[in-house]
Amino acid sequence: MNPVLLKLIVLIGILLVVLTLASGLIWLERRLLALWQDRYGPNRVGPFGLLQVLADMIKIFFKEDWIPPFVDKWVFVIAPSIIMITVLLTFAVIPFTPTIQIADTNIALLFFLGMSSLGVYSVVLAGWASNNKYALLGGIRAASQMLSYEVFMGISMMGTVMLAGTFSLRGIVEAQRHMWFVVPQFLGFVLFFIAGIAETRRLPFDLPEAESELVAGFHSEYSGMKFGMFFVGEYLGVILISVLMSVLFFGGWLGPVLPPIVWIVLKTMFFICFFILLRAAMPRPRFDQLMSWGWKWMLPLSLANLAVTGAIVLAMRR
Amino acid sequence: MWSVLRSLWLVLLHMFQPRFTVQYPDEKPYLAPRYRGRIILSRDPDGEERCVACYLCAVACPVDCISLQATEDPHGRRYPEWFRINFSRCIFCGLCEEACPTYAIQLTPDIEMGEYNRQNLVYEKENLLINGPGKYPDYNFWRVAGVKIKDKDKGEAEREANPTDLHTLLP
Repeated sequence: MNPVLLKLIVLIGILLVVLTLASGLIWLERRLLALWQDRYGPNRVGPFGLLQVLADMIKIFFKEDWIPPFVDKWVFVIAPSIIMITVLLTFAVIPFTPTIQIADTNIALLFFLGMSSLGVYSVVLAGWASNNKYALLGGIRAASQMLSYEVFMGISMMGTVMLAGTFSLRGIVEAQRHMWFVVPQFLGFVLFFIAGIAETRRLPFDLPEAESELVAGFHSEYSGMKFGMFFVGEYLGVILISVLMSVLFFGGWLGPVLPPIVWIVLKTMFFICFFILLRAAMPRPRFDQLMSWGWKWMLPLSLANLAVTGAIVLAMRR
Repeated sequence: MWSVLRSLWLVLLHMFQPRFTVQYPDEKPYLAPRYRGRIILSRDPDGEERCVACYLCAVACPVDCISLQATEDPHGRRYPEWFRINFSRCIFCGLCEEACPTYAIQLTPDIEMGEYNRQNLVYEKENLLINGPGKYPDYNFWRVAGVKIKDKDKGEAEREANPTDLHTLLP
């Protein structure tokens, strides 16, 4: 088949699957949270309540898309799309299986870091353009939280880069044929996971939203589909971090017996469920605690991890 | 860190616990016999209306949702000509039931009173009156209180006990 056409099919396929999965996560999250809180969750619309997603989508499309008169209109409109764009762009470099990948670049990880840094703009601009003090507080929190956690997120995955000797995600997966990187890089994995939660602004690190203190944080003024885009963007982020964790530390598509696509989906779903479990179980830390953990514990730990891994890799090479 | 892992594990274990939710329209929740739900007017064991139209329930009602009109039958017994409860106002506090001297007005364990039309929430006497004695199957007010007929006052007939001294009933 024409390679360009094939790429196009893969591209549209990934886009559709990821977007559907992201909205499906709304249902999954509600059902799982309910399960862990001894409830049922949405179980009325369709089998197991699966069509709840459809009902929610119809509802959110028909809601009034209200732009308050006091907001900075253009920035207000652009902000929710930034998070969707950046997260979706990052999926371009993710190798789902040896064949399903849009772009195999040798700077894939750097591309991911750059895109997640750009994603911060979405939240900050949303908080700023809303012209509302709670939204602004949420935006400020988002900026400082995501910037400081991004620092050691980048450092924590350098261990895998050093072990694999490449920034290409495909190369990193291939390097895990004999052993998943979670074994030599367990600390790196834990740090990356914590940074990933903070990066996607999921509970327990949802301080930019913080319903109990900031109304809804940076998206207080948003309604209708713009609010929906923030939500889908958040779930896309969850999927992205889960896929990345399975790719970086759990051997991506590698696994016995089952075909590669099944393995990557299984691993990703496991981490997504873990994200939801975290939401069900963890309280939200205070903001200064979050910051001091980030700078006083996570950063030194990831630096130590980097140094030790580097020393061992260097010693092995000799 | 240990406490974080522990709470994660404990929350995960809730997967295997029974769920508390009662899936309402499919399975009905248990309502206690003395649940304060839909209000009814009961009859005494002889099948007569218990209500003596004393207005105490209408007075006790904090939201004024009860209205009635007293009248007398040929024997001189009082009964309500009409009796109306506006359930769109009723707060199901049960004060009318407590005020009632004849156990006529009672609250029942029925909560399914939804209506699409507000007017349908106004219940008239024929909607309120039931065919049974409700929660007090043996009570007959007139047998306890005695009854005055044309030439005979309460307690003056043969083998009739004196009427209850009302002051002994005060709290």
